[in-house]
Amino acid sequence: MIPAPRDDILAALRACLPGDALLTEQAELAPYECDGLSALARRPLAVALPKTEAEVVAVLACCRRFDVPVVARGAGTGLSGGALPHPEGVVLSLARLNRILAIDAAAGTARVEPGVRNLALSEAAAPHGLYYAPDPSSQIACTIGGNVAENSGGVHCLKYGLTLHNVVGVRGYTSDGDELVLGAGAPDGPGLDLLPIVIGSEGMLLVLVEVTVRLLPRPPLARVAMASFPDVGRACDAVAQIIAAGIVPAGLEMMDRGAAAAVEPFCGAGYDLDAAAILLVESDGTPAEVEDEIARVGAIVRAAGASAVRVSRDEAERIRLWSGRKNAFPAAGRISPDYYCMDGTIPRKHLARMLDAIAAMAGRYGLRCINVFHAGDGNLHPLILFDANAPGEWPRAEAFGAEILELCVELGGTITGEHGVGEEKLGSMCVQFSPAERGVFLAVKAAFDPAGILNPGKVIPTLHRCAEYGRMRVHRGATPFAHLERF
Amino acid sequence: MGDDLQRIIDAVREAAATGVPLAIRGGGTKDFLGERIIGTPLEIGGHAGIVDYDPSELVVTARAGTPLAELEALLASRGQMLAFEPPHFAPGGTVGGAVAAGLAGPRRASAGGVRDFVLGASIVSGGGELLRFGGRVMKNVAGYDVSRLLCGSLGVLGPIVEVSLKVLPKPALERTLEYELDAPAAVAAFNRAARQPLPVSATSWCAGRARIRLSGAPAAVESARHVLGGREVESGDAAAWWEALRHHRAPLLAARTPLWRVVVPATAPLLPLETPELVEWAGALRWCRAGEDGAAVRARARAAGGAAALWHGPAGSRMFDDLPAAALAIHRRLKASFDPAAIFNRGRLDPGL
Ligand SMILES: Cc1cc2nc3c(=O)[nH]c(=O)nc-3n(C[C@H](O)[C@H](O)[C@H](O)COP(=O)(O)OP(=O)(O)OC[C@H]3O[C@@H](n4cnc5c(N)ncnc54)[C@H](O)[C@@H]3O)c2cc1C
Repeated sequence: MIPAPRDDILAALRACLPGDALLTEQAELAPYECDGLSALARRPLAVALPKTEAEVVAVLACCRRFDVPVVARGAGTGLSGGALPHPEGVVLSLARLNRILAIDAAAGTARVEPGVRNLALSEAAAPHGLYYAPDPSSQIACTIGGNVAENSGGVHCLKYGLTLHNVVGVRGYTSDGDELVLGAGAPDGPGLDLLPIVIGSEGMLLVLVEVTVRLLPRPPLARVAMASFPDVGRACDAVAQIIAAGIVPAGLEMMDRGAAAAVEPFCGAGYDLDAAAILLVESDGTPAEVEDEIARVGAIVRAAGASAVRVSRDEAERIRLWSGRKNAFPAAGRISPDYYCMDGTIPRKHLARMLDAIAAMAGRYGLRCINVFHAGDGNLHPLILFDANAPGEWPRAEAFGAEILELCVELGGTITGEHGVGEEKLGSMCVQFSPAERGVFLAVKAAFDPAGILNPGKVIPTLHRCAEYGRMRVHRGATPFAHLERF
Repeated sequence: MGDDLQRIIDAVREAAATGVPLAIRGGGTKDFLGERIIGTPLEIGGHAGIVDYDPSELVVTARAGTPLAELEALLASRGQMLAFEPPHFAPGGTVGGAVAAGLAGPRRASAGGVRDFVLGASIVSGGGELLRFGGRVMKNVAGYDVSRLLCGSLGVLGPIVEVSLKVLPKPALERTLEYELDAPAAVAAFNRAARQPLPVSATSWCAGRARIRLSGAPAAVESARHVLGGREVESGDAAAWWEALRHHRAPLLAARTPLWRVVVPATAPLLPLETPELVEWAGALRWCRAGEDGAAVRARARAAGGAAALWHGPAGSRMFDDLPAAALAIHRRLKASFDPAAIFNRGRLDPGL
C-alpha cells in the first residue's frame, strides 16, 4: 500500500481533536522522542493528546484508516523503549485521561482512566484506609495504563503481587475500533482469560481507556529492618533462609556497596557504607505480628552473618531507610553522566553467582556497575554506568547488558522481570524464545491487532533481527568488543 | 509414570495430519466441566513427575500428569501449599488438569486464582512442537503471558505438558468463626471484613450459617478473632468443612439440576430470584438452584458485572455463557493459530472454538 501523504493524515487527525491536542512541530515533538531509556530516541509524525475516550476512539479510527502506527504512551517513564515513537506513526498520549472514575470502598476497587498516576491513586484511596499495592519506584510519575502495559512491580510485590495480581479488569479498544471489556470485578467469566495476556502487552494488543484495580486495606503498621553483610554471598543466603522459614516479608531488597555509596550522599538514609551488601526487610501487619516477624528476621540474618541490624523505630525512619533504595536510579544519574538499567530475573539461589559474574564483566567491559535488586523475587537491576558522549561507551554498555541477560537465561531466568522488552531487548528475546515461540507471540498480536498498527516492531523480534543478533554475539563473550579483554 | 512427552507429540502430529479431534485428558476427574467432549482421548496422566522443587525458591515445576494429591503432599511435607486450593472433585486429578480447568478453592478471594500462581507452562502446539512460555521465576514479562492464558483454557489451545507454580508457606495458624446469619447479612459481613486489614483466608455461607476462616501469623489471627467476634468452630470440624467445600464433597452441591455457578462482584446485592444454596469468596461466588429460565439467570449475572455457568444442567444444555462478538473473534483467531487443524478439545470451552 502506498502511504497516505503526511498532510492528509495530519488533516484527518486535526479534524478529530481540539487544537491544543495535536502536536506536529519538531520542537513540540522533542519531549516525546524517548521514554525513560533515553539512549533510544526518534521523533514521531505527530503526538495526539486526547482528553476523552471519544477522542481516543477517533484517533484510532483515523490511524486505522491511513494504516498509521499508533504508539500509546502514559508518562513515558518506561525503561525499555516501549513508548519509543514510530517514525511514521502517531504517539497517542493517554496522560490527559487522568480521572479517577470511582472508588468503591465497600468492594475495595477503583475504576480509573489510564492516565491516572500510580501514587495519585493511592492518595485518593487513603481516606478510605485503602491503597494500591504495586509501587514502582517511579510511582510519583508513571501511569496506571503504563503499569498495566508493563505489568510493573515494586518493592512490595513479593507479598502483594505484581500489577497482574492487582488489576481486576480493563476496558480498551482494538485497532479495529472494537471495545473489549476484560475481567470487570468478577472472576471466571466465559471463554479464555484474556486479561493476563493484555497485562504486560506493552501497548501492542489494545489501547486501554479504563482500568479497575483492587485496593487493599492499609496494614496498621510497617517496619523495616536493615541488615549489613560483610559479603554478598551471606546476604543471599539470608534471603533464602528467610523464605525457607516460611516468612514472606512485605519487602526484601538488596543493595551492593556501590549502590549504597551512590545513594547515601543523595538521600542520607543512614546506610552502612562499610557493608558489602545491605538487605532491607519490611514487615507489615498488626503490631504484635510485626514485632514477632521482625524478631524472627533479625535472628535469621544474624545467624547468616549480618554484621549489624537496624530496625526502623517510626514511620519517618522507615521512609528514610526506603528512600535510598527507591531513589537508586536518580542517584546513579548523579555519580555518572549516564546509566543503563538492566532488569533480569533469576532463581534466587543463583544470586551470588550472578553478582560475581557481573563484577567480572564490569572489569572486562571497563564500565562500572552498581546493583540494587528485588532480592525476594530474584529480580536484578544492575545499573551500568557510562558516558554517552565518550565514543564507544554506549555500545559497550549495551553489550555488557546483553551479556548479563544471556546469563539470566542460562541460569533459568528471564531477560526482563518488570521493565518489559520494548525495543531495547528485541535481541535478547532471540535468546530466550525459539522461532516457534516467537511465532506464537506474533499470532497473539495478530489475533488482537490484525492491522498490525499498535506499537509495531516492539517486543517480538523478526527472524532477520535474530540473525543479526546471532552474528553480533557469536557466542557469549565473543562480542565485537573482544579487544576489551585487555581492560 | 515418567517422561511420556514423545508419545503425546506423536499423537498430536498424527491427529493434525488426519484431522481427527483429540479429547485431552488428565485424571478424568473433571469430565463434567465445559461443553460436550468430543474426540479420541489423549491421555496426559503418563507424563508425570516433579521436575524441580526447591522450597526456598517458592516454585515447583511438575509434568502435567503429576497427580495433584502427590504434588500437594510433597509441598505439605515442606510446610508449603498451592494457595489457590484447586478442587480435586475426585481422586486422581492431575496438575495439568487443574491448570486447564482454572478452578480455585475457598482461598480465591484473598490469595488469588490459578493464573495468579502460574509462572510458566509448556504446551504442545497444533503442529506437534514443544513450546515454553513464562518460566520458573517470580517475575517475568518477556513476551506475552501465554502461560496464564492457558489457565481455564480447558485444553482448547493445546495439551499442557509441564507447569511451574508459585507456592506459599502454609499459614502458622488457622481459626474459623461462625455466625447465624441469612445470606444477605452474611455477604454484608464478608464485605465488611474484607475492607479491614485482617487475615481472612476464606468465607462461606450455607444453610443459615456464615463462616470466616482466618489464616496467618498467630498474633494476627488472634487479634482478628477479637475484632470479628462470633463463635469459634472446633479446628477439626473447621478443617473438614473447608476441605468439603473445596472439593465439593457430598452433601454439598449435590448433582441435582439445575445448579448455577454465579460469579459477580462480591458486593453485588443478592437478586430477588436468587436463592443461594452456598456463597463463597466473600460473596463473589454464589451457587444457586433457582432459575429454570437459564437465559434470565445469565442475563442477571451479566447485568451485575459477572457471569453464570450452568454447573449441573439437563442433558445437552450449555454450561457457559456466550462470548461477546469482539472477544469471540479474538478467540477464533487465537484458536486458529495455536491449533490450525482444530483438533484440541473441540467445542469444550465454547461451541465456536
Ligand atoms: C526512576 C524510575 C524508576 C522505576 N522503577 C520501576 C519499578 O520499581 N518497577 C517497575 O516495574 N518499573 C519501574 N520503572 C519503569 C516504568 O516506570 C514502568 O514501566 C511504568 O509502568 C511505565 O509507566 P508509564 O506511564 O511511564 O508508561 P510509558 O513509559 O509511557 O509506556 C510504557 C508502555 O505502556 C504502553 N502504554 C502506556 N499507556 C497505555 C495505554 N493506556 N494503553 C495501552 N498501552 C499503554 C506504551 O505503549 C509502552 O509500551 C521505573 C522507571 C524509572 C524512570
